[in-house]
Amino acid sequence: MAVDPSEVRRFAHGSRVPGWDDAADLTKDPAVVPDPATTPVPDHVRTEIEAQMAKYPDRRSAAIPALHIVQREHGWCSPTAIEQAACVMRLTPGYLTAVATFYDMFSTTPKGRHDVYVCTNISCSLLGADAIHEAMVEAAGADPDFHVKSFECLGACDIAPMASVDGEYVGPLEESDCQAIVDDLKAGREVLPAKQLKRRKIAAEHWRETG
Amino acid sequence: MKLFYEGLDDPRLATLDGYSEGGGYEMLRKALSMQPQAVLQEMLDSEVRGRGGAGFSMGKKMSFIPKGAMDKYLVCNADESEPGTFKDRELMQKNPHLLIEGMLIAGYAIGANKSFIFIRGEYSHQADVLDAAVAEAREAGYIGERLLGSAHTQDLVVHRGAGAYICGEETALLDALEGKRGNPRLKPPFPAVQGLYRGPTLINNVETLMNAPHILRMGGKEFARLGTANSTGTKVVSVSGCVQRPGNYEIELGVPSREIICDLAGGPPDGRTIKAWFPGGSSAPVLPGTDEYLDLPYDFDSLAKAGSMLGSGAIIVIDDSISIVDVALKTAKFYRHESCGKCTPCREGTNWTVKMLERVQSGEATPMDLDIMASVQEQIIGNCLCVLGDAMAMPIGSMIAHFRDEFEAHIASAREANGLGAAIPQVNRARQGGAYPMREPAGVEPTAVVV
Repeated sequence: MAVDPSEVRRFAHGSRVPGWDDAADLTKDPAVVPDPATTPVPDHVRTEIEAQMAKYPDRRSAAIPALHIVQREHGWCSPTAIEQAACVMRLTPGYLTAVATFYDMFSTTPKGRHDVYVCTNISCSLLGADAIHEAMVEAAGADPDFHVKSFECLGACDIAPMASVDGEYVGPLEESDCQAIVDDLKAGREVLPAKQLKRRKIAAEHWRETG
Repeated sequence: MKLFYEGLDDPRLATLDGYSEGGGYEMLRKALSMQPQAVLQEMLDSEVRGRGGAGFSMGKKMSFIPKGAMDKYLVCNADESEPGTFKDRELMQKNPHLLIEGMLIAGYAIGANKSFIFIRGEYSHQADVLDAAVAEAREAGYIGERLLGSAHTQDLVVHRGAGAYICGEETALLDALEGKRGNPRLKPPFPAVQGLYRGPTLINNVETLMNAPHILRMGGKEFARLGTANSTGTKVVSVSGCVQRPGNYEIELGVPSREIICDLAGGPPDGRTIKAWFPGGSSAPVLPGTDEYLDLPYDFDSLAKAGSMLGSGAIIVIDDSISIVDVALKTAKFYRHESCGKCTPCREGTNWTVKMLERVQSGEATPMDLDIMASVQEQIIGNCLCVLGDAMAMPIGSMIAHFRDEFEAHIASAREANGLGAAIPQVNRARQGGAYPMREPAGVEPTAVVV
């Protein structure tokens, strides 16, 4: 088999759904819009989410911005984080959880605080992105601060193979750069300043200068 | 002729002062002094086609928006996620005010008073640049109520996504903007009739909207002289993959494709040849790297005639050191990951294509799997709510069609490496009246088929 069956998470009775044989608690109501009296939300989070909601004709449009805010505060979209966003937005946590699970940038499981997205899509993989991803995973090791993820096209194929390190695009990467990225992040320095995309000139100019 | 790439590296261009020095926001003033219908007419005259992938006429799309006083919306699709495409990123980062001006002109032409830039969440730097530019423009009175003393009111919000390829599809983008999961909607109604918050909505790509100020400056008819008859204007082409000088290059539509790949981008690395290339992002059917295809003019119609498409204008070059099976698997895996799962042909089709390609790669497949795979692609095309399924089916189908020999050779050698021996020649189902015509397996006499 090309797919290793042990990779698929199985729960009771071979089900792929957790809680397959847990009896539903019929006495428990589904989560409703959290009560502000019992859901403490830090003031700055509340202000920020409210400012986002004010931008749109419909407050629900602020769901993604609000999840970005609480994920930044809590490190991941934890149940508490989602409850806080839901409390401010007057939505059910279930609604926001449905949104959070759809998008790649939200994590509903704990993750490291430094996001290292290594692009492994076509253009990058033609130039060895899979090896870069492996090297990156190895360089980060078991450090819980790092969240190394192979990502779909990040829209920077001109610097392939590349990675987005806490939102900073760097490339073209070599395997030796992976350790440098980890070191830079640990030291709190700017990541690979010489390879940052935002400093790169337009292609015609860049290649004229570098030959 | 270059519309976007002249002096793009000047860091002052991203500021309002620098942009204004070069005649910035003059075209907004000009537009506001014209009737909206006249602005729309210029867009129609320019015959500019959408730069996001579908290549639909921008003017026509604008003319579908109903007239009259109601809440109308303008959305800029900056969710540039098509593999191989990175033009909007550079344009937005280096010239954000041109996009804002283009959106204000388009908004005035259709009477939209609320506009949004939906930028993908990964482009955090570019979103910051846009936020700063919007704040500057608002300060200067270009955005807001009764802008520049006219009767037109337009607000502009930069909305960051959170990483989903499907949000580049216009109706999925609208759902994401409304704060839902980014699932495409059933069409019709089209967004021009019922889009964002159920109001008429115009959705355009970044580069398309950036053309608007240029069209007004040059005049629609003059603009239409750029490029070819059916593909007017210039195009920013993102070249990546196995080339020596990857990057964005601005060309006039209609130049030979070879000129872009080999002259501008430097061609494949020394000693290698082009095996295949995607002319318009990974969703476009691949074309072989033969002279016949490389000499094609790079415009909408020529590429469509050759069985592919210009798409978002992203050329990905694959050289002869790369196995086409790996490329196919990579492509299919991407679409499997990004399929939203709302409709069956795409959700299941992408999944099964990946499974079959994995069998091909690991050497468990037979050449007949290629036929099954090709038929799966045929069943996806045209049967989904949006074109994500087609976007996988077209390149995979074209890879099998153009490089079948390589797939078969890979199957044979991988089977041998697995110790499975040669594949048993398969009976061609078409001869038995099967539902899907299949290619004759090599080396089997049709007469040998026993029904």
